[in-house]
Amino acid sequence: MTTTQELSLITESFVLNMGPAHPSTHGVFRMRATLDGEVIVDIEPIFGYLHRGIEKLMEERTYTGCIPLTDRLDYVNAMNNNFAYCLAVEKLAGVKVPERGEYIRVITAELQRIGNHCLAIGAMLNDAGALGTPFFYLWRQREKIYDLLEMLCGQRLMQNYMRIGGMSQDMPDEFLPALAKFIPQLDSFMNEFDFFLKQNEILYARAKKVGILPKDVAINCSISGPVARASGIKRDLRKDDPYSIYDRFKFDIPTGEIGDCYDRYRVRIEEMRQSTRILEQAIKQVPGGPFRADVPQVIRPPVGEAYAHVEGPKGELGFYVVSDNSIAPYRCHIRSTSLINLTALRQMVRGWKVADLIIIFGSIDITMGEVDR
Amino acid sequence: MIAALPAKDIVSKLNAKFPGAVEEAGADAVLVKADSLLAVAEYLKTTDNLKFDYLNYVTSIDYYSYFEVIYMLTSLTHNRSVVLKVRCYTRDNPTVPSLAGLYEGANFQEREVYDLMGITFEGHPNMKRIFLWEGFDGYPLRKDWNR
Amino acid sequence: MEVNKDYFYDSLKLDRQEGKLIEKTKAASRKTIPDPDAWLDEDIKRNIVVTSLDWVVNWARRSSMWPAVCYPACCGMEFMAYLAPRFDGSRFGMEIMRASPRQADLIITAGTLTWKMAPAVKRIYDQMAEPKWVIAMGACGISGGIFRSGYNVVPGYNKIIPVDVYVPGCPPRPEALIYGIQQLQKKIAKAKAIPNLSELPNPLKRGKE
Repeated sequence: MTTTQELSLITESFVLNMGPAHPSTHGVFRMRATLDGEVIVDIEPIFGYLHRGIEKLMEERTYTGCIPLTDRLDYVNAMNNNFAYCLAVEKLAGVKVPERGEYIRVITAELQRIGNHCLAIGAMLNDAGALGTPFFYLWRQREKIYDLLEMLCGQRLMQNYMRIGGMSQDMPDEFLPALAKFIPQLDSFMNEFDFFLKQNEILYARAKKVGILPKDVAINCSISGPVARASGIKRDLRKDDPYSIYDRFKFDIPTGEIGDCYDRYRVRIEEMRQSTRILEQAIKQVPGGPFRADVPQVIRPPVGEAYAHVEGPKGELGFYVVSDNSIAPYRCHIRSTSLINLTALRQMVRGWKVADLIIIFGSIDITMGEVDR
Repeated sequence: MIAALPAKDIVSKLNAKFPGAVEEAGADAVLVKADSLLAVAEYLKTTDNLKFDYLNYVTSIDYYSYFEVIYMLTSLTHNRSVVLKVRCYTRDNPTVPSLAGLYEGANFQEREVYDLMGITFEGHPNMKRIFLWEGFDGYPLRKDWNR
Repeated sequence: MEVNKDYFYDSLKLDRQEGKLIEKTKAASRKTIPDPDAWLDEDIKRNIVVTSLDWVVNWARRSSMWPAVCYPACCGMEFMAYLAPRFDGSRFGMEIMRASPRQADLIITAGTLTWKMAPAVKRIYDQMAEPKWVIAMGACGISGGIFRSGYNVVPGYNKIIPVDVYVPGCPPRPEALIYGIQQLQKKIAKAKAIPNLSELPNPLKRGKE
């Protein structure tokens, strides 16, 4: 890049504040960007504008009462957080979830993954300049997923549906046929959507070779999820450390080669297709029986600590729960995906222009509720 | 399957290389002394058959008589994980050496531990509060913090 | 990878200045700001009559309210769903989200307010030109919601800015938000749009302010 020094013009770098209320910062995220003309020299991310103190609030509620709080962490896909928390407490208390409960958990987790990727891709294309059209097309699919989840548990967004030991209610009878009708429609929509955007020259110009994250930097910065897989790290917790019943399903893990924005976009599209594969297999295998283990509403796990992680749509989401045999957790730490994925932002962005900063930031796909907790 | 490496294997290797560093070895966690944390972590990261190159999380717990800082390391090549713990027994200005030079992923998480629990990390490039504002009174996640 | 620890500015000094601003806002926001148009609620029941010029101006104002960008948290998802094709928000005139608060006249506060964010929201509200309205969306907007006892959470937006309509829910469905917006539209329909000219300061009389 030609800096202004080469043009023998005396300039200074200046600090631009991309403030907490900004249309493309995906929530209240603030950056102090040091610019040399239009080229970014350094950024300092500042968060905490949505810090609600969830870890401290969890010490004042019972184990079951913490589940609505975990809903609001990564609010784009709420049941995923419930999943990770319930796994951690079940590990601590030694509770075994019955089969039907496990299948419902996997079905809802994969539905949330599809919904999250719809939003992530839509928001990234919004930042790239396609002002709303792909976003609204993908939002229609998200609304259909909302309808399915409302049929299942009554709430569109903050479902609060999982409990320690299973689910809180059973699946209604009309849910599985409705899901079976939704999947082929989603497949044909994804094919149509992909056809328009896969070789779009504007997307190529804006996202190819932009914001490259090399593989060793990604490992050093503890990146996980689609961002890491786009950089070539073949790591998916559903295959490497199977939790729940994920070892019964056949699915592939898409990876990218270079680690630019376009690779992250492709990885997310392919992951949506793999999720529909898992859903098709799960629908056929759901057994009858109890959906929840016989666990009291206010449980007292024995003294100890446990860590459980799931492969969320954004990456590795984990809960570290410490118990001292009382009705509330002694300490609950949330290994938050988005906060750790932001570690690499500074290195990814140096040398690019301000417009590229927006699309690079959009391609990491963060949610401020999870960053700030 | 990410197997948690049994603590005894790690402990025997660590005892051979750094005598006196390991204080206790629980069932799946290894407690090391604070001043040898950096050397132990570097050894775990670079040795060929251990190669713990991925840091999962950094967190801290306030037991009333001591603070405990917990690190979980994973080896992507060998598919194993290990948990390291460090304790500080002072409440006034607890310090622990920082792993931000080795693992960049520890950067924000150590700032969060400083912000909410008050444990300073020596050698961290940017030891500032991250979630709360400068001038906030106290460290909220401590057990003796009252609003 | 070596870390560049010297920014071009002193970030700790900037952070300390902002911290003082936050403490000042926190100390000044202990009481609820009352709604300035609270008298309108009784008059809506009594069906007051406005002049025809007022009616036209009010109709124009309520049919094209442009919201400012302010979606911190989970209610932002339902706000986006409200703007999406299913619960089309643009049929109520809210097609465009204005990024600059100077061009907006409505804030729909879609998320939890924290003390760290409070000066920023106050600044957005101050930058908006009259007439401006605020809808507090969700339980966090009304009273702090499920996070009320958090150390960083403001117990409701009405400690910082005056609120016109409260929409309960966690998060409120888009239909509930539409109902809240229609209540606001009824409120605007009864407002006195054209001020009395004798009440305004007269620019022709110099020296007598």
